[in-house]
Amino acid sequence: MTPLAITAYTATTATGTGNAALEDALVSRRSGLVFNDYTDALMGVSLPTWIGRVAKIEDAPLPDSYAALDCRNHRLAWLAIHQDDFIVAARAAVARYGSTRVAVLLGTSTSTIAASEAAYRERAAESDRYRGRDGERDGERDGESPAAPRHADLHHLHATTSFVRDLVGARGPCATVSTACSSSAKVFAQAARLMAMGLVDAAIVAGVDSLAASTLFGFRSLGLVSEHPCRPFDVRRDGINIGEAAGFALIERVDRVADEVANSAPLLIGYGESSDAFHMSSPHPEGLGARLAIQTALDRAGIAASRVDYINLHGTATLKNDAVEAALVAQIFPASTHASSTKGWTGHTLGAAGIVEAIVALVALRTGIAPGCLHAEQRDPVCGPQIRFDNQACEPGIALSNAFAFGGNNCVLAFARDAKALRAARERSNAAR
Amino acid sequence: MTALRVDVLGIGAWAAGFEGWPAMRAALRGDASSSAASSPPSSPPSSTSCSASIDTRRPSHPSPALLPATERRRAPESVAVALEVAREAVGMASATHAIEASSLASVFASAYGDLAIVDYLCATLATDPMLLSPTRFHHSVHNAAAAYWSIATHDTGPASAIAAGDATFAAGLLEAATQACAENRAVLLVAFDTPAVGSLPMDEPNTALFGMAMVLAPTKHPVKSALAAPTIALTIEIRDGATSLPFPKIASLHALSASSPSARALALIEALASERDARIEYPLSAASTLAIDARRAG
Repeated sequence: MTPLAITAYTATTATGTGNAALEDALVSRRSGLVFNDYTDALMGVSLPTWIGRVAKIEDAPLPDSYAALDCRNHRLAWLAIHQDDFIVAARAAVARYGSTRVAVLLGTSTSTIAASEAAYRERAAESDRYRGRDGERDGERDGESPAAPRHADLHHLHATTSFVRDLVGARGPCATVSTACSSSAKVFAQAARLMAMGLVDAAIVAGVDSLAASTLFGFRSLGLVSEHPCRPFDVRRDGINIGEAAGFALIERVDRVADEVANSAPLLIGYGESSDAFHMSSPHPEGLGARLAIQTALDRAGIAASRVDYINLHGTATLKNDAVEAALVAQIFPASTHASSTKGWTGHTLGAAGIVEAIVALVALRTGIAPGCLHAEQRDPVCGPQIRFDNQACEPGIALSNAFAFGGNNCVLAFARDAKALRAARERSNAAR
Repeated sequence: MTALRVDVLGIGAWAAGFEGWPAMRAALRGDASSSAASSPPSSPPSSTSCSASIDTRRPSHPSPALLPATERRRAPESVAVALEVAREAVGMASATHAIEASSLASVFASAYGDLAIVDYLCATLATDPMLLSPTRFHHSVHNAAAAYWSIATHDTGPASAIAAGDATFAAGLLEAATQACAENRAVLLVAFDTPAVGSLPMDEPNTALFGMAMVLAPTKHPVKSALAAPTIALTIEIRDGATSLPFPKIASLHALSASSPSARALALIEALASERDARIEYPLSAASTLAIDARRAG
């Protein structure tokens, strides 16, 4: 594919707000995980696990003009989009290309479900009070919803996407992608297609997912939540930590930006999407779909596997995901490839994981430091030499980011540090053929 | 302006009273005999009543033939309707065209996903969260239907699951047609929504279960034989300027068309049913329109 310039990006995770906090945490190996202190939605139930919680969201309501849309997911989106001057860059792109020539594509697994959960909780509380006053009569199920938050615009998957679109003023194609944990990786692919067909000149891609009872109790019901800080690729790993995060990236055509930007900006050089066609919640045992997605991304990028310097793995720290992914990496990539999961820093940020980890890959490309894994000490023997627990200064030029979701939905993204790094990697890929 | 040109190789549809494309097509063509015996939702959507207009003699949702018999009854109605319309559309396309079923790309568009499952999740979490069913949690992901499809048909192609509020059908069509053209491959588009259940705050609650599917391919997709049936060609463009949501011309289907964001597909598939040239416009945003020209192709 024709490489596309990533002219602005920002991520807000449990490690802090904006890119500087993320970079600092990655380099200094400071985890953002905390023991579960998210009690808002837990109905007094103790859920012993660690979570990746973004600080201060509770104290940062939306401005009055957006009060009707105030909820945790929108606060997180608002906080994140104002970091690293992202909203300035996004609005400038809208002004430059025209509002209908800019797409807004946002990945999320649960969007504003926490607001819907809260509406039901308030309703249940009202109904308890009603029962208390009136003997045995049960509260009515139909009819009016709880007092707040009842704004209908809050209670659907596209809510946060609409909110972001209105914040930046874009009026082009706009969609929410919700394929569980690959959601905000797939928005890069969707943006690349719209741009390849000339339907837009720029795309604002995003991923926003916030803590909610649905996912905390849902993953608990599947036995996938760890009571420890998660340990990707450690032989003792026993599950995920749920995190929340928001990430944004602005994608533009290389031939539409200034030469200086075209030469220095990181590039989206490939994407690969596939399905395992195997099982709802278990990965294909040989990583069939994951392999297909990796190969498709490399083919689109015109890069041989041997030229990949860094891979941000999906690495959820579940038994199965990490075993399958480690074996696959050992088969496809040389020992020189540095591969790691950064979920020990952020937790598994679900629908936001795709873009957050794409941004971790971009940070590695920019700083020249490839992160390792946190909390992992005893290597699973299935790991090849590619999987590193320690950070390493290696000046990567080409990076991949893997996202493998529920339902066997896979998406792999390929990035280059800049145009020069891409040229070098392609030449050496061709020479090797 | 760039235009996307795709052929419609297969169609599937399901709503109570119109179980399958032949029945839906007859209704959309205004064939009087087709709708006399059926009871589609005919009263205007009300803000409080969600299911009063569904005829209880009719099946409330289709039985998804793609699933093993043991799973059919347990499948959520969103999955059931999505799988059925997808099966019908891909079956039609495969009869005349070379479709690589094992690597077909798919786009599943639904504004709300499965509202019965959203209601179950929120209600359970509000009362006894530790009782949350892992199976229902599986079913709550927006890509549940896409996952069931890929597993049932051994399709390892890319699969997406999208939503875009009132513009969900238009966004799904745009993504499917864009993927067909950008990647030069056949793409299955499925649009579905389920009736509202419980007390989720909604401005206009969905009133009916609806599903439709189309197989789209770039023009000149390989045919199986020279006798292949004529297809409908779509030319799709993004235009500046607002428009309002389209209705099918046939008045008796207006209520069904307004029953959910996905059912807005009826305005377009009416053109496919009539096999007459038509232009349909969908709002894509407050300032842009998805304009679709449908023409009979040889």
